[in-house]
Amino acid sequence: MKPIVNIENLHFKYDEAEILKAIDLNVPQGSFLSILGPNGSGKTTLLKNICNLLHPHKGSIMIEDKEVERIKYKNLARVIAVVHQGTDVQFDFAVYDVVMMGRFPYLKRFQTEGKEDERIVKKAMEDTSTWELRDKSISEISGGERQRVLIARALTQQPKVLILDEPISHLDIKYQIEILDLCKTLNKEHNITVITTLHDINMASRYSDYIVLLEKGNIRKMDTPERVLTEENIEEVYGIKVDLIRRNENERPIIIPK
Amino acid sequence: MIKKLYKTKILVLLIVLLFLILFSITLGAVKIPFIETVKIIISKIKFIGNRVNVETIKDSNIFIVMNIRLPRILMASLVGAILSVVGASYQAIFKNPMADPFVMGVSSGAAFGATLGIILGLNKGILGFGLTSVIAFAGALLTTFLVYNLARVGNKISTTAILLAGIVVSSLLSSGISLMMIFNKDELINIVSWTLGSFNGSSWTQLLVISIPATIGTIFLTTYSKELNAIVLGEDQAQNLGVNVELTKKIILVTASFLAACAVSVSGIIGFVGLIIPHLLRLVFGSDHRILLPVSVIGGSIFLLICDTLARTMLSGIEIPVGIITSLFGGPFFLYLLKRNRSKNLI
Ligand SMILES: Nc1ncnc2c1ncn2[C@@H]1O[C@H](COP(=O)(O)OP(=O)(O)OP(=O)(O)O)[C@@H](O)[C@H]1O
Ligand SMILES: [Mg+2]
Repeated sequence: MKPIVNIENLHFKYDEAEILKAIDLNVPQGSFLSILGPNGSGKTTLLKNICNLLHPHKGSIMIEDKEVERIKYKNLARVIAVVHQGTDVQFDFAVYDVVMMGRFPYLKRFQTEGKEDERIVKKAMEDTSTWELRDKSISEISGGERQRVLIARALTQQPKVLILDEPISHLDIKYQIEILDLCKTLNKEHNITVITTLHDINMASRYSDYIVLLEKGNIRKMDTPERVLTEENIEEVYGIKVDLIRRNENERPIIIPK
Repeated sequence: MIKKLYKTKILVLLIVLLFLILFSITLGAVKIPFIETVKIIISKIKFIGNRVNVETIKDSNIFIVMNIRLPRILMASLVGAILSVVGASYQAIFKNPMADPFVMGVSSGAAFGATLGIILGLNKGILGFGLTSVIAFAGALLTTFLVYNLARVGNKISTTAILLAGIVVSSLLSSGISLMMIFNKDELINIVSWTLGSFNGSSWTQLLVISIPATIGTIFLTTYSKELNAIVLGEDQAQNLGVNVELTKKIILVTASFLAACAVSVSGIIGFVGLIIPHLLRLVFGSDHRILLPVSVIGGSIFLLICDTLARTMLSGIEIPVGIITSLFGGPFFLYLLKRNRSKNLI
């Protein structure tokens, strides 16, 4: 499959110390890729490099065969949508208006949203079950609801790639499943490439086509869940001993700490 | 997509402003009846002017309305509009509801310039402006430029750095002003009353010269509403929505500072307008800048017009500097709002 994101020999540092070292990563179009790794291993930094918020000091990041830094902001926003880690909202917006902001990359300076944009917003909100929240204030909804709203906004960008940074870390188990199911649906039915960081290894195992195991800024392993999630790999990266459980051949592995 | 509900509220605000403008003209040492005021103004409008008969109205009243009160009232409204819309814009790019039009050091820069002008005895006029105003304007712009460059790291501007640089540069300039005042005790009153703000002596020329950049600048700011909406929800998110965040911040900073400098150079330093009005309007209209910026223009006009009318009519024979009124009324009101809305988790 053709890679939609192609990273070659990426090096990144904030100041002196290198945070990402010689990263090579191909993300095939239409795949569901999870990035796993201990705290501080560089997951967020890697995502921010991909979406052009940070710039590598060496190496290249290509999105659809174009250098990411050379793509105009609005054009990039039509290809990549990002759901950032939950932030506090100080200003007061209706949920509907927040989702509508996802249409920004399609609007000219003096253009206002039209019927078509309204239709896209409604569809995205229905797909994420946030349509009922449309008149509420963004500062008055729960963490799980806000996460879904931000995913709805990302969908209105009609992206080819959806990037999420720890989308389920504040959510209860029901919403965790709901959000990841939603991502999976978008991935399978709309052919959106999903790149997400996760802390829950079992969730990553259950949903991903590929897993990247990051350790101190190096890619330790990039492969299918079955190949990446082994007792040895997890012990090497996280320093804990685990048991692997697979109920049958068709099921993804589950880990249980010893 | 401005909601219908807001359209009526905006219309109401506009009507209130228009009425207040007419009503405030009637107030003052000489009371002029409302009808007479309306007639005088209509008579000056092209084409329809000759339809009203003003022969029965005293010439002195016509003079007071047209040459003294109207320009002053319009100037107060204009400055209120500028300060308020600038406040709303700064609050957006700094993502801080406490930012006001003077964060960039505009006020201290202008005050420093004005003080210099006053002690050098440059209070003569060009184009209807005291030279003091011109120096104040230059001082405001230079200070903004200085603060901006102090806070800039490479190509980025950090909010915290700007606020800090603004505070430090302001206190430096304030010390300079105090020093000049100590050595020029006889000009003390002039310096202090300039600093406290006043619309006394506003002229049509002044109004014209300020209203052109003010109108263009304000309209220009409002064209960035969509960007501002995205930015207040987070700069990273905004960039991933396709907003050129750094460029937008720079454009807004430069435009807003220029507008603030225009306002300060004709009125002196008038605090609180740019802080309270956007804050108050956000409670009513929400944070959508496509609505917030236009209503800030109207709301700021109304507020400062009321304050200036109080300033010139409250005590007979003596005029209170309008800056005192704005903080005297604005301060407690602001504290009340703050207390009341803290529980609601709105700024
Ligand atoms: N703005 C910054 N300036 C300097 N160093 C930073 C900055 N942000 C992160 N770092 C450092 O870079 C390293 C990687 O951080 P990053 O946020 O990418 O980790 P992460 O894998 O996302 O961790 P977590 O699981 O906690 O989210 C850490 O050592 C961190 O201290
Ligand atoms: Mg992280």
